[in-house]
Amino acid sequence: MRGLTKVFEGGIHALRGIDFHIKDGEIFGLLGPNGAGKTTTINILATLLKQTSGEAVVNGFDCLEEPHKVRQSIGIVFQDPSSDDMLTGRENLHLHGLMYGLRKAEREKRIEEVLRLVELTDRADDRVRRYSGGMRRRLELARGLLHKPKVLFLDEPTLGLDPQSREHVWRYIGGLVDEGGLSILLTTHYMEEAEKLCHRVAIIDRGKIIVLDTPKGLTESVGGDVVALKTGNPDVTALAEKEYVLSIEQKEGLLTLTVRDAKQNLPEILRLAGRVESVEMHSPTLNDVFLHYTGREIREGPEEGGYGTRMMMSVKRR
Amino acid sequence: MSELLGLYALWLREVKVYSRERSRIASSVFTPILWLFVFGKGLGATISIGGLAYDIFLYPGIIAMSTLFTSLFFGVYIVWDKRVDFLKEVLVSPLSRTTVFLGKVLGGMTDTIIQVTILLLLAPFLGISIGPRTIVLIYGTVFFLSLGIVSIGLIIGSVMESPEGFGLVVSFVAYPLFFLSGALFPIWNLPPWLRAFVMLDPVTYGVDALRTVILGGGAIPLEVSFAVLTAFSAAMVYIGTKAFERMKAY
Repeated sequence: MRGLTKVFEGGIHALRGIDFHIKDGEIFGLLGPNGAGKTTTINILATLLKQTSGEAVVNGFDCLEEPHKVRQSIGIVFQDPSSDDMLTGRENLHLHGLMYGLRKAEREKRIEEVLRLVELTDRADDRVRRYSGGMRRRLELARGLLHKPKVLFLDEPTLGLDPQSREHVWRYIGGLVDEGGLSILLTTHYMEEAEKLCHRVAIIDRGKIIVLDTPKGLTESVGGDVVALKTGNPDVTALAEKEYVLSIEQKEGLLTLTVRDAKQNLPEILRLAGRVESVEMHSPTLNDVFLHYTGREIREGPEEGGYGTRMMMSVKRR
Repeated sequence: MSELLGLYALWLREVKVYSRERSRIASSVFTPILWLFVFGKGLGATISIGGLAYDIFLYPGIIAMSTLFTSLFFGVYIVWDKRVDFLKEVLVSPLSRTTVFLGKVLGGMTDTIIQVTILLLLAPFLGISIGPRTIVLIYGTVFFLSLGIVSIGLIIGSVMESPEGFGLVVSFVAYPLFFLSGALFPIWNLPPWLRAFVMLDPVTYGVDALRTVILGGGAIPLEVSFAVLTAFSAAMVYIGTKAFERMKAY
C-alpha cells in the first residue's frame, strides 16, 4: 500500500500517509498504541472501509477497483468475536466454507484440518456460547484459514487472552507461514508479540509509520542496553557527559538510560546517580524502541474494551 | 453458483438460530392466539360482520397481522449482526451485498411462514375449513407480503445502530400499517378520507386477498391484490439491496 490516508467524518485524521509492502511468506507487524490507526489500516485492506486517498493493493488486486477479488484472497480475524454463538464451532466453519464457495468434499476436509490445527476437534460440536475467550479466538483463527487465503489479517490476535491461550495462538501463527503461500499482517500493542512473531515490524503512531525494520534491527537502532534506575531526582549532568550514555529520560523518579556496554559501566552509573533504590538492566525491547522514537510508553492510555465486554454483550443477544 | 451456496449458508444460519430459540417461536404465536380467541371470541359473541361471527371474520386479518409483525421486526437481527460483529464476517466474504440482503430476507420469510403455518393449524378450532387450493393461495399471499415487509424491516435495520432505536422506529411504521390494513374491520363502508389511507397501505391488499381466499367476498379483486403485492415487494427488494450496498459494517 502506498500513501494511504483516511479522514473520518468530523475531520479526524486516522491515517496520515502510510506506506508499506508485505513480502510473500512474511509475518508483518503493525505495532502501536490504541488509536494509532492499526485497525483502520486493516479495515481498508479488508475492503470494509474506503480510504480517503492513496492506494491499497492486496494480492495484486486494488481494494477500490476489485474489492471482490481482494475479499477472495484474504482471511481475517477481527479484534472482537464475530462468530455466531448460537451455533457450534463446526457449524460456524461450515457456513464460512459455504460463503467462500468451497465444495462439499473440500469443505469437509478443510474443516477437519483447521479444527485439528487449533486443537478444537473435541469441542467442535459445542455451541460457541460455551467456549472460553481463547477457544473462540482459536475458532476464528481456524475460520480465517479455512478457505486458504493468500493474506491473513490478524487484528490484535491475543488481546484479552490469558497467558496460556496467548502462547497457544502464537504457536499456531508461527507455524502458519512455514508451509508457504501465506503472508500475515498482524496488529498488536504487545511488544512481546511483535518480537516473537514478526519478521518485520512497523511502529505506527497517530496515523503515521515512525520506523519500519526487523525486530532485531529496531532494537539495535536504540544502540545500547537499557538501564532503569529508581532514584530520587538526581542531577544527571555528570551522567549526560559520559560518552557511553546515549540517552537519558527522567520521569517520576524513574531514570532510564540507554548505555553502551552497560555491564562494564554500571558501577560508575550507580555512583553518579546518587541514592538508588533499585536497578534494572536489559537489552532493549520494542517497548524501548517505541519510547526511543516517540518519547512515550506504548501502554499509556486505557485498554480497549475488546473481548471481555463484547462477550457479555453477545450473551444478551436474541 | 458460489453466490447460491452463500445464500444457502446465510439462510441456514437464520433457520438454525430460529429453531434453537423455542421461546421466539412460542412468543410469536402467543399474541395472534390472544387476538383470535380472546378478542375475536369476545367480540364475536355479540358482533357478526357480513353474516360471519367476528372471530371468523378476524382470522385472515390475524394471519396478515402475524406476517406484518414478524416480518417487520425481523429487521432487528441485522442490527444484532452489527452489534456482535457477525456482519463483518459476512461483509469481508466474497459474497455480493445483494446476496447478503437476500439471505437475510429468506431467513425472515422462513420465520414468518413457519408462524403462519402454526396459525393455519388453528383453523379447525374456529370452525374454518381450508382446502388445498386455498392453502396455495394463502402461502402465495403471505410470500409476497412477507417479502416486501421483511425488506422494509431490513432497510430500517440497515441504518440503525441499536436494537432499542430499531424498536422505536419500527413501532412507528408497524402500527399505522396494521390499523389501516382493515385486519380488524371491513373496508367497504369507510369514510372517504380513511378509505384513502387504507388503500395506500400495502398490507390492506394482503388482508383482503387472504379474506377473499379463506372466507370469500373481499372488497378488492384478487388479481388486483396480487398485482399490488408483487409490485410492492419488488420495489422493497430493490430499495433493500441498495440500502445494503450503502450499509457500513459498524
